[in-house]
This record gives sequence, structure tokens and C-alpha cells, in this order.
Amino acid sequence: MTRILAMAALIALGWAHAPVGAAGGEAPMDKFPLTRSLDLPALQNGARVFANYCLSCHSANLMRWNRLADIGLEDKQIKEYLIFGNQKVGDTMSIALRPADAKAWFGKVPPDLSVIARARTSFEHTGPDYLYTLLRGYYRDAGSPTGWNNVVYPNIGMPHVMWERQGPREATIQRVSNDGKNAIRTVSVFDTAGQGRVTRETLKGAAAEHVEFSFKSADAAAARQFDADVADLVAYLVFMTDPGAGSRVRIGVWVLVFLTVFSVLAWWLNRTYWKDVK
Amino acid sequence: MGLHNTEYKGLLGWIDARMPTMMAEYKRHVSEYYAPKNFNFWYIFGSLALVVLVLQIVTGIFLTMHYKPDAAMAFASVEYIMREVPGGWFIRYLHSTGASFFFIVVYLHMFRGLLYGSYRKPRELIWIFGCLIFLCLMAEAFFGYLLPWGQMSYWGAQVIVNLFAAIPLIGPDLALWIRGDYVIGDATLNRFFAFHVIAIPLLLLGLAVAHILALHDVGSNNPDGVEIKDRLDPATGKPLDGIPFHPYYTVHDIFGLSLFMIAFFAILFFAPELFGYFIEWNNFIPADPLQTPTHIAPVWYFTPYYSILRATTTEFMLVLAVATVLYGVLLFFALRSGIGKAVVAVTTLVLLAGYFVLDPKFWGVVLMGASTLIFFGLPWLDQAPVKSMRYRPGWHFVLLMAFAVVFIVLGYFGTQPPSPVNQYTSMVGTLLYFAFFLLMPWWSRMGGFGPVPDRVSFAAH
Repeated sequence: MTRILAMAALIALGWAHAPVGAAGGEAPMDKFPLTRSLDLPALQNGARVFANYCLSCHSANLMRWNRLADIGLEDKQIKEYLIFGNQKVGDTMSIALRPADAKAWFGKVPPDLSVIARARTSFEHTGPDYLYTLLRGYYRDAGSPTGWNNVVYPNIGMPHVMWERQGPREATIQRVSNDGKNAIRTVSVFDTAGQGRVTRETLKGAAAEHVEFSFKSADAAAARQFDADVADLVAYLVFMTDPGAGSRVRIGVWVLVFLTVFSVLAWWLNRTYWKDVK
Repeated sequence: MGLHNTEYKGLLGWIDARMPTMMAEYKRHVSEYYAPKNFNFWYIFGSLALVVLVLQIVTGIFLTMHYKPDAAMAFASVEYIMREVPGGWFIRYLHSTGASFFFIVVYLHMFRGLLYGSYRKPRELIWIFGCLIFLCLMAEAFFGYLLPWGQMSYWGAQVIVNLFAAIPLIGPDLALWIRGDYVIGDATLNRFFAFHVIAIPLLLLGLAVAHILALHDVGSNNPDGVEIKDRLDPATGKPLDGIPFHPYYTVHDIFGLSLFMIAFFAILFFAPELFGYFIEWNNFIPADPLQTPTHIAPVWYFTPYYSILRATTTEFMLVLAVATVLYGVLLFFALRSGIGKAVVAVTTLVLLAGYFVLDPKFWGVVLMGASTLIFFGLPWLDQAPVKSMRYRPGWHFVLLMAFAVVFIVLGYFGTQPPSPVNQYTSMVGTLLYFAFFLLMPWWSRMGGFGPVPDRVSFAAH
């Protein structure tokens, strides 16, 4: 039963639907393991990663700390392990970073993450898939201001905050673009120090525009652990975007059971009355 | 004593003696309103529309208790309702799902009208009130959509208000006057809030009452298009084919409502955004006047008209000019009166001149407006000798279904980003949309019409 409810919850989040697929020049998205967002230890780990790595530049102003009770965290744990400043558990997850400073440092104010998983959903991809791919899509690029770049979001303002956990990687990005007559394939290889080698070739005839990328990790174990942590983090972001989704689905099942019974009664009532009509 | 002589006892008798209107109106509109006994599936949507209207008003009242119509607070206040107000998420989703279902129900209700000729004499006024309700509903939805103050709220309003700027001479000032600012801002949010919570709902309620009163004066149409008041029972003076609304149609409608609620609540509890169609994903990003979204699309119920707006480009103006000339010639030869011919000729020439003098954007706005206003003309455009599709040639029904398909295709392309396929499909769709209505005086007369029976066709349950 829990399992069924769990799957219903995923559908409820609207994120189990098959997206149309990468459009035009959009990077292909990795599938976020959706069941993660129903796994309490994963969600709690995600909350910890969120509080440690995200919550100094990004706020979650719409999220109250003790709403984390919904993923099994008690006030004491929240205070001890997650809140760094002097906030109370009844406060929301606000930050001290001033927007004007953020704009000067990163070029843009880091968005509030309260509803980010919903906000990043589109007809092309689901929000969780996008976030899962984005956070695992960083590579060293000596030519960018922060020293980092991203395959999903080229020239992203946000540096790779969790780089130490992922370990060094080499990135290969292949981009096919069209100039109207011919397709051009650009292959960029960035080594672990961020030195890029770019080769360009013109393909015969037109080809669909697309992007492909692959990474080679120097530390495979670290990279695997990093992937798991990002999955937990995204699971947490999914929870935070609509904390009431779980109870909504549970109530919904009973509402539909009731309505089914009710409609049978209504049908019977209708039939009984209409027997008189000749 | 001045008391009315009452047939009721107890409290009801006490009231009836003092205010006979209450029971008299209850009888007139409910217990002794005689409705044709052959209503089918299509006749559920009127009462469903009333249910949704009440739902929107009641949930709206509760939302207003927590919502802040302030550009700095609006977005957060909606999420506050969703997260912190006990049961707030339920009220908000009832309201957002209700908005989409209002349109689903009203579109099906209107389709029923086209299917059985419900707008024909003597029901023209009912239809006109209905069209006014439809316009109010669109205004209500448009004003309400700004309130969550997300990116789509903001840029949707920006696009639509800017349409007014396309009107020659007064346009830019008019748009400024509507916004109350040079861009959509706090002033706009506040006035839209005022329109959404009081001005338009008052109109809607008044029009809904007028719609029902007008209906109950002439009586309901039915799938056969037979006037049941033409065949009265000599003994009672009641229509032979009529049955009292209560209890027969109240139990009928309760059953219909129960099925409706299953669909409604399945969406509300399991997919309240309906994959971005009921609540657009972009609207979870707070409004940002400095960042235009790459793709701006209205909510699904506006997209057929939005497609018509987008179809009207410089390229389309030529097609439009040719179509206008052809239609002008057709009308010119169809009309007998000299004044009529003159009016047609002058109008055609003025339009032709206008097409090339004024911006296509303006004509897009005109066509978009015309596509919603044209429904008013149906009682006069439809010249078929019978009301119901049941007794009209089969190809009339095919045309109606083709129109429904065009409407849906236009709607679909309205949700999609611009592309050449989108562009050309929308152009063809726009032409077909208007051709269906404007050629109706001719095609609706053609073909063989079956004999309409004296009595409604009804098989006992």
C-alpha cells in the first residue's frame, strides 16, 4: 500500500510524466531517481547537504525550518545540525547575503530555492531532472571567471560549490549546430585543470542541432558518492517545493473512494426517481 | 390583517404569509419549472457551471483572507497560503482547478448550444446573456491570473495590456491608463485585484441570474429542438413532455455532479498543475520586470484566441485582404437592398485600406476580439429551418465537429512556441474558424432537413 501511495505521490508531483525530450540545443537530461524523494534518510541527507552548501548564497524564504518535521527531523536535530546562525526553528530559511552584494559577486542574485523544483519544470524537462543534471554538469574551465562552467547552463554564474566532493573530471562536449546550409560539429575537451582543446569540423548537409557530453572521473568512488548526494539534495528540493504533496495524495485517495461510492448512490437515487417518467 | 392567505403550515406558513414571493419563486424556478424530459448528457453543463461559479466565489472569499495584493508580497502570500494556512493548499487548488474547469464546462455548454440550436428563436436573449457571461469569465480569468505575481502572471498581463497599445491614436495612452504605470506594477496588481474580487464577480452573478430568468421565461430547448410548450396537457395546462425540475433534474444533476467531482478531485489531489496546463510552471518564478521569459503563453483556455492573434502577421494580411474581398462580393450579391449593397461595398473598401495602413498587430487584436464576439451573432447567422442537429443533414454535424477540431488545434498551437508549422497551421485555423461562422447563413440552409416530430423522442429508463 505504501508503495502504491508512493507511486501515486510521484505522479501527483507531476514529475513522472515523460517529457517531450531535449529540444533544439538543450542538453540531454539525466533521469533523477524519483523514488529518492520518498526515502526519509535520503531526504534528511539532502536537507543536510542543502543547509551546508546551498543555504549561504541561496535562501528558501518560503520554507519554515520546523516543516522539516515532515521528513522526520525533530526541532533539536534541526537546531543542532542544520541551523548555523541564531535562527529559531519557527523562522524561515532566510540568508544574510545582501542581493546587491550577490549581484556584484556573481553577476546575478542567486534565486530563492523554495519552489525551484517546480519553477524549473517545463514542457521539455522536469525540474528534478534539470536540477539533477545541472548540479552534476560542472567542469573545470580556466577561461571562465569562476574557473567553472556547466554543460546544462553554459557560463553559469554559480561556481561548483561541491567540487571537493566530486573529485577532478575531464569533460568532453560535442555540440552540433546549423548555419543554415551545413552542420558544424564542435568538440571541446576540457582537462582536469580546465585547459580546453576545441576541434571544429563541417559536416556534409544539415543535421539536427544537439549537444552531447561525457565526463571521465579521476576518482570514480568520489564521483559515485557525489552523484548519490546530489540525488539526495534534489530529493530534498522536490520535497521543499511542495511539502504538503504527500498528505495531499493520501487524502486524495480517500476522497476518490468516497466519491465513487457517492456516485453509485447518486446513480441509484436518479434511477429510482426516473422510474416514474414514462 | 394584511397577511397572505397561505397553504403552508408551521414556520414555512408563517414566512409565506408575510413573504409569498419566496415560495412562489421556488415553485416557478424549481419545483414547478417544467423541463423537457429528454435531456441528455450535454444538458449537465449548465448546472455544473453554476456549481463552479459558487465554488469560485466561496474559495475566493477564503483566499482573500490571506492574499496580499501588493507587488512585494503577493507571490510569497500565495505560497504562504499553500504552506502555512491550515487547509490553504486545498482552497487554493480548488480555486485554480476551478478556474480551468469553469472554462471546460462553459465550452461544453456552448457546444451543446451549437449542437441543438439552443440559441434560436425564442432563446436569442438567453444566448446573448450567455455570451456576456463568457466575456466576463474571460475578463475574470485574465485579472485573476495576475494575482499570484509569477513570471507568467506578469508577462501575460504585459502582453495583453500592450495589445491595447496597438489601437491607433489612443492606444499607448489607453494601455498606460489600464496599467496605471509605464509597466505592469503595483498599481496594476491592485486594480486587477479590485476587478477580480468585486467588479467582475458582481457582473457575473447578475448576468447568471438574467440568463436563468430568461431561460425560465421561454423554457428549455432539448435535443430534438421541439417546443414542449406547444403541446400542453388539456387537463393540467402543463407541457406533455415536461417534468418538474425538482426532483427529476435535481437527482439527475446530483449524479452528474458526482462524476464531475471525480474528474475534478482526481486532478486537484494528484496533479494540480496538470503538467503545466492548469498552473504554468513558469508561474513558480516570482515576477521579474527585467527578465522576459523566452516563451510566453496564456493558460490553455485562452490559447485558441491567442493563436488567432499570433497568426495575424504581415504575411497574413494579404490572405485576409483576399478573403475580405471574396466575402464582400458574396455579401454584395446576396443582399437585395441598395443600402445593404452600399454598406458592404464601403465597409470592404475601408477594411482593405485599413489592412495596409494600420499595423498587422492591430488587426490581430481585432481578429482576436472578433473571434470571441462572433458568438453573439449565432442566432442570426444560423438560418437552418430546424434547430437540432438531429434533423439537419449529416454534413452539418461534420462541419460542427470540424469547427471543434479547429478550435482545439488552435488551442494546442497557442500553447507552443512560435515555429513555421505553428504559424501556417494557425493561419489556416483562423480562416476556417471565421469561415464556419461567416458562411453559416449559406451553408446552414443547404441540404435536406428531416421532419421534426411533434413530441420529443424519449425512451423510459
